[in-house]
Amino acid sequence: MSADLEKNDVIISVKNLAKHYKNKKTEIHALDGITTDIRRGEVLVIIGPSGSGKSTFLRSLNLLERPTEGTITFEGVDITAPETDINKLRQKMGMVFQHFNLFPHLTIMDNMTLAPRKLLNMSREDAEAKALELLARVGLQDRADAYPSQLSGGQKQRIAIVRALCMSPDVLLFDEPTSALDPEMVGEVLDVMKALAKTGMTMAVVTHEMGFAKEVGTRVIFMDEGVIVEEGTPNEIFDNPKNERLQAFLAKVL
Amino acid sequence: MGMLAFRVSLALPARLANLKDQFYINFIADDRYMYLVRGLWMTLRITFFAVLLGIALGVVAAIIRSTYDKNVDDMRPGIGKAILKILNAIVKLYLTIIRGTPVVVQLMITYYVIFQSSTNTMLVAVLAFGINSGAYVAEIIRSGIMSIDNGQFEAGRSLGFNYIQTMWYIIIPQALKNVLPALANEFIVLVKETSVSGYVGIMDLTRGGDVIRSRTFVAFMPLLAVAGIYLIIVIIFSKLVSVMERRLRNSER
Ligand SMILES: Nc1ncnc2c1ncn2[C@@H]1O[C@H](COP(=O)(O)OP(=O)(O)OP(=O)(O)O)[C@@H](O)[C@H]1O
Ligand SMILES: [Mg+2]
Repeated sequence: MSADLEKNDVIISVKNLAKHYKNKKTEIHALDGITTDIRRGEVLVIIGPSGSGKSTFLRSLNLLERPTEGTITFEGVDITAPETDINKLRQKMGMVFQHFNLFPHLTIMDNMTLAPRKLLNMSREDAEAKALELLARVGLQDRADAYPSQLSGGQKQRIAIVRALCMSPDVLLFDEPTSALDPEMVGEVLDVMKALAKTGMTMAVVTHEMGFAKEVGTRVIFMDEGVIVEEGTPNEIFDNPKNERLQAFLAKVL
Repeated sequence: MGMLAFRVSLALPARLANLKDQFYINFIADDRYMYLVRGLWMTLRITFFAVLLGIALGVVAAIIRSTYDKNVDDMRPGIGKAILKILNAIVKLYLTIIRGTPVVVQLMITYYVIFQSSTNTMLVAVLAFGINSGAYVAEIIRSGIMSIDNGQFEAGRSLGFNYIQTMWYIIIPQALKNVLPALANEFIVLVKETSVSGYVGIMDLTRGGDVIRSRTFVAFMPLLAVAGIYLIIVIIFSKLVSVMERRLRNSER
């Protein structure tokens, strides 16, 4: 399936996506009609103030949040349709979390090989060979037998990225991957993400790292109050912002 | 209180005088100590298998309860939701009945009503105590599942594991590790609870001591021996639990 996809093909198509949280009295419109396409090889960066719906949007893409309205099409399949096997599709959409979410009861090697072995029926040898190769790419090949608690935050996040890569996903979703890190460790994680972008990996990244957005992003979405307020190339967004909410936001974060 | 001390002080010297005779009559003559040995063996076997059954039932019940609590609000109406609701109702009924009635009554119902005085009394006891223990283990394991950060769950699902696989490979191992001391504690509780096995004619440790008493017409020594043996088992297990707790704490860091 993924092999037929050419670069620039639409890989995820989002139409009129809405997510409403109902509390007792109030109803929060976390997302209020989002429409956008993510193309193969693209590095989409999502920025916006706190509470603007960035996480909700990203988490809707692999259905960790179930949308209230709208459709999401991934590689031609409507993932919001009731008959869709979301587990199968998630194998092709990796996710990296703010708090790493490594499995503390498993070694790094087992963290990485669990899903390929159980879900792709890879042999232990093949899965471990692949994991070692990926570990080498992030300079952590000597930590394969360590447990997550023995690693620094930056190391954990690099492991979380390669754990997702072990499933050979077509897209990687990042939700503030560097926000929980000590400042001196942000660079090592961003470097891994940059290298990944160079390989042509399709990425959707929620981040507050504007430097990363400018340097690596191919397209930037600015969200506020559950809608896309402005969208464009990094140059357009950062050097020539049109919307005043975006201008105010950039004045604060830059 | 003073009354009691007075009686004991009167009775004790007389008893001490023939301590040796008593010991002989109660334990050595006719190999009476074998009542205690066999009884202890029975008590340990019942407890061991009942704990295993209890953990199996408890894990299943805990998974159903926590699945219901976490997911029912987000589920679309359909067959899956209906099944989950029914399973949850059954589990709740099980927990309510088991925790709301005395274990002796449950044991007697299992023996006289369900199994109609079956001859395999040990099996009856294992079932009764296992089903009883399962209700308490379920709450222990459920608290273990609830204590696992939701991020673990999301990480599992985002890799493509389904709900059950995520539970099995990621959540349950961590939850069990967290509640291991509490589970070992359940073993301690159960060892003592099996002492009512005599109600359905099982020769457990307590009954063994009681049989000696009925033969020798002395209560003091056989019952004290029984109490001492329970105490030793419990102390050994408590020691194991505290070692386990320390190990787990150290491995967390
Ligand atoms: N489970 C939930 N229940 C109720 N409201 C929620 C829930 N999750 C998110 N929200 C609300 O939806 C809105 C969007 O939240 P979201 O987490 O997507 O924002 P965000 O842009 O990621 O913010 P941040 O930068 O702080 O991570 C917020 O108002 C938030 O309070
Ligand atoms: Mg967020």
